[in-house]
Amino acid sequence: MKQYVAIVTFPGSNGDHDAWHAFSSDLGVPTRMIDYRDTDLSYAAAIVIPGGFSYGDYLRCGAIARFAPVMNSVKQFAENGGPVLGICNGFQVLTEAHLLPGALLRNASLRFHCAWIHVRVDASSTAWTDSLGTGEILRLPVAHGDGAYFADSATLDRLEEQQQVVFRYCDAEGATVDTANPNGSERSIAGICNDQRNVVGMMPHPERATDELVGGADGLKVISAAFTFLGVPA
Amino acid sequence: MSEHWVAEVLVMPKDGVNDPQGEAIAGGLRDLGYSSVQRVRSGKRFTVELLASSESEARANAESMADRLLANPVIEVFWIEGVTPKHQSNADAS
Repeated sequence: MKQYVAIVTFPGSNGDHDAWHAFSSDLGVPTRMIDYRDTDLSYAAAIVIPGGFSYGDYLRCGAIARFAPVMNSVKQFAENGGPVLGICNGFQVLTEAHLLPGALLRNASLRFHCAWIHVRVDASSTAWTDSLGTGEILRLPVAHGDGAYFADSATLDRLEEQQQVVFRYCDAEGATVDTANPNGSERSIAGICNDQRNVVGMMPHPERATDELVGGADGLKVISAAFTFLGVPA
Repeated sequence: MSEHWVAEVLVMPKDGVNDPQGEAIAGGLRDLGYSSVQRVRSGKRFTVELLASSESEARANAESMADRLLANPVIEVFWIEGVTPKHQSNADAS
């Protein structure tokens, strides 16, 4: 029985409570915090790997979190087609765990970048973006020091061919110009999905854009996919 | 019988992977007056002390560690610079 959205907390996570608030309060769906030592995810309808600095970002962002006990269960859940969303550090964890291709490198500017940016939805047919239209523009915040998406050119070509580039950094009109790319990501990539399209990783924070009171609510368009996972009316 | 070995593991960004830290360091060196500097790539060095019954076993273990954790093969290359018995490489600390 799929009962709730599971939000994983690692030592050093800091977006976990933002995610909890976004799902449980702003969206109003059953949500549960999952400790990194827990291994039972059998009641989860979806898993969110939140932002932050898991294990202090030591070695490489996400490199140590990948070996946390919960990650075997996350991997199994993902391989069985369960919806997984990795946000910021969560995206980094998913690449380190080989659930998503590529890696996130230090921002080209070498600066931590904290700002509201625009992304364009380039592939909407994923577990988390099904209700969005291709070409739709979302305004979301980013807050990261290591967000430059990298993969070798063969992998990038394959991602494009298979429409696995879910979000690209763009200007307010949707143009993917260099000035709108906050970190030097290859091909302006802000988010991707796996082959099965159930695992999505993104650097921007949809869970921090769920109320006009905090500057925007476009993030709800992403996380509201949880209604579908839980089989509840929106 | 297990012996105490010291493996030196070096990790560098792959060719073609941006290294903004290396670029910033190159800029800093030029600012210091080293106008001859053409390029800097920055990496990591790990000193792993481990127990193994032979040098080849220690090396194989260090390679496995580097491949699985110390380096990310998507963006980095690694090599084992050396594997030495602990007492030789660190005589003052024994």
